[in-house]
Amino acid sequence: MRFVDEYRDPSAARALVAQITDSAGDDEFKFMEVCGGHTHTIYRHGIEHVLPPSVELVHGPGCPVCVIPMGRVDDAISLAKEPGVIFTSFGDMMRVPGSRGNLLKAKAEGADVRFVYSPLDALRIAIDHPERDVVFFAVGFETTAPSTALTLLQARARRVGNFSVFSNHVTIVPPIRAILESPDLRLDGFLGPGHVSTVIGQRPYRFVPDQYGKPLVTAGFEPLDILQAIAMLLVQIREGRRAVENQYSRVVREEGNPRALAILAEVFELRPYFEWRGLGFISQSALKLRREFESFDAEQRYRLPGLRVADPKACQCGEVLKGVIKPWECKVFGTACTPETPIGTCMVSSEGACAAYYNFGRMHREAAVTLGRRSVSSR
Amino acid sequence: MTDVAHRAGSEGREAAVFDRIEAFRRRRPRLLDDVVTLAHGAGGKASAALLDAVFLPGFAGDKPATQTDAAVVVLPSGERLAFSTDSFVVKPLRFPGGSAGHLAVHGTINDLAMMGARPLALSAAFVLEEGFQIDSLREIVADMAEAAAAAGVPIVTGDTKVVDHGAADGMYISTSGIGVIPLGRELSAARVSDGDVIIASGTIGDHGTAVMLARGELALEADIVSDTAPLHELMECLLAAAPSTRWLRDATRGGVGTVCNELARDSDLTVVLEEAALPVRPAVAAACELLGIDPLYVANEGKFVAVVAPDESAAALSALNGHPQGEDAVQIGEIRTEPAGIVVLLTKFGGTRIVDMLVGDPLPRIC
Ligand code: SF4
Repeated sequence: MRFVDEYRDPSAARALVAQITDSAGDDEFKFMEVCGGHTHTIYRHGIEHVLPPSVELVHGPGCPVCVIPMGRVDDAISLAKEPGVIFTSFGDMMRVPGSRGNLLKAKAEGADVRFVYSPLDALRIAIDHPERDVVFFAVGFETTAPSTALTLLQARARRVGNFSVFSNHVTIVPPIRAILESPDLRLDGFLGPGHVSTVIGQRPYRFVPDQYGKPLVTAGFEPLDILQAIAMLLVQIREGRRAVENQYSRVVREEGNPRALAILAEVFELRPYFEWRGLGFISQSALKLRREFESFDAEQRYRLPGLRVADPKACQCGEVLKGVIKPWECKVFGTACTPETPIGTCMVSSEGACAAYYNFGRMHREAAVTLGRRSVSSR
Repeated sequence: MTDVAHRAGSEGREAAVFDRIEAFRRRRPRLLDDVVTLAHGAGGKASAALLDAVFLPGFAGDKPATQTDAAVVVLPSGERLAFSTDSFVVKPLRFPGGSAGHLAVHGTINDLAMMGARPLALSAAFVLEEGFQIDSLREIVADMAEAAAAAGVPIVTGDTKVVDHGAADGMYISTSGIGVIPLGRELSAARVSDGDVIIASGTIGDHGTAVMLARGELALEADIVSDTAPLHELMECLLAAAPSTRWLRDATRGGVGTVCNELARDSDLTVVLEEAALPVRPAVAAACELLGIDPLYVANEGKFVAVVAPDESAAALSALNGHPQGEDAVQIGEIRTEPAGIVVLLTKFGGTRIVDMLVGDPLPRIC
């Protein structure tokens, strides 16, 4: 695993931390990492405890599982219970609570729910079981939407009549704007999403510095990527600049992936509005299948309850997703709400801020620092 | 409030939240479900809840039960027998490096060995589905015979049942075993103390990764074979070199991460692991990285985690490394006292994080 270790080198990390500490000086900074993948990396590698206390990372809304509202999960469960349906989903979605249980429970009660690694797997199941109707639970940002689109193109080309998609694809830019508009938050800059940007490129983020005066640096997913992106944000701020920069240039291109964007445009169109868990309705923030693909659209083929279900009262996911509170500040964090019995979605996906924090980060800074120091000195 | 005072206040509140969570974690989980789900079999909290709510009240009465891999039965003569049972429902039946037959023999031998017992004999029971190929059955039986002979532990009794087509997934195997615990041998979490050394007997995550790849769901090919093996000889080799060995556990379902959590909980100490020291084969690391799964939680079928006294750790390691099954044995961490009951990982990159109990089966992430 050389190619990964290169981005986890402790001495390079120490140099970057020194640089960050130095340029932060006596000031305090709050940066938001938009993407759930970043949140996961930050906790999985213990980055929080390595940074100086003056640099705080706030976890953003970029976890596709976390932003699916309860009503949509209920719709998914009702699809899974349709007679004759094989309901296919990514593993992450199986534990997301609807208003009465989750997909795992529906499966235990007899629904044919299977987890797949890609929409193509779901299409393959449809081809292998022509007598059944296969529905794919499509979730994700522009990262996963192209593979759903590609699958739909294949399904149409091969005339697979027993396959449909329940689209919950969402787009990344509207929630960033919503967060910038939110009055209760003071942010100094953003770590831009890595995977999404491979598709949409860098241009869509320009409004962040242009209209809101905040820097944004697109970052990769290894620990050193995150540190370097933070250092780049601080350099911009110290130099009095505000711009969109790309730390993840080994993967992300300025213009994104035109082919993937073309496929997306062919298959999907923007919904007028879509409900985000905790963030409420955001206009033009989600993708639905175009008219031409109506026959593959589960929302057209089946009658869904389509009810709006209010989040549980105790749930503060909205505030967590906007970065207004830290996961541990939610009243039910770690007691009523744990990865085993999640109340909110942020506790379900391993990219969710609450789950990442619960699984990896639940430790006093002091204890972490002492243990870390001892290991280095004893080597 | 100044920024510094504000920060200190928030750290205090955060600390209070951690304490509340720890208190909460120590409570045994409650059974909330009305039907059995797969999570009840995955070895995590849901399994513990089922055990507490259904099995222990039925079988153990009010006696506080110590939960170990095998039970200890004291004979009238004073000799102690270890007694263990296990069922095997693996899919696929065959995978690179072994089969359900090997697992059924090795699994039960290892449960006995982790109590410090010398395995004496095994039983084997089969539930077969109508329509199952006799040839496949023959192969599995041959594997079991071979595994038992190689381990020197005979299969002495058994039973067979056949159920209707569709009522079982091919075949299920259940094995039980007994062994003798030599006088004076005492392995338990209560004997673990500050400064003790944690050793892994070899590379981790091989079995689970091999099975995941063999299921063919991942469209990924790699040269990874299961590590299924009996551990009783390696255990004897360790105990001969390090007689004060405190605690042993084979890191099966839930992997090294899960057994270390049990160790931290049962000893009320801190298990500190060093990521850079964890022996993970490059192919396993690469497959896990792709799947977003942590090798710490991936099953092993021929590896144990041992806690040894600090002054015996060098002898323990050189004895293990001298045994063909323990060539890759290394120290992976040590025992500390704070924060109690928790497993902490010092990451390669120089950070620190918690390794918690796994929830349910590891489900791959979506992106
Ligand atoms: S602890 Fe649970 S309910 Fe609270 S914000 Fe996190 S996921 Fe939502």
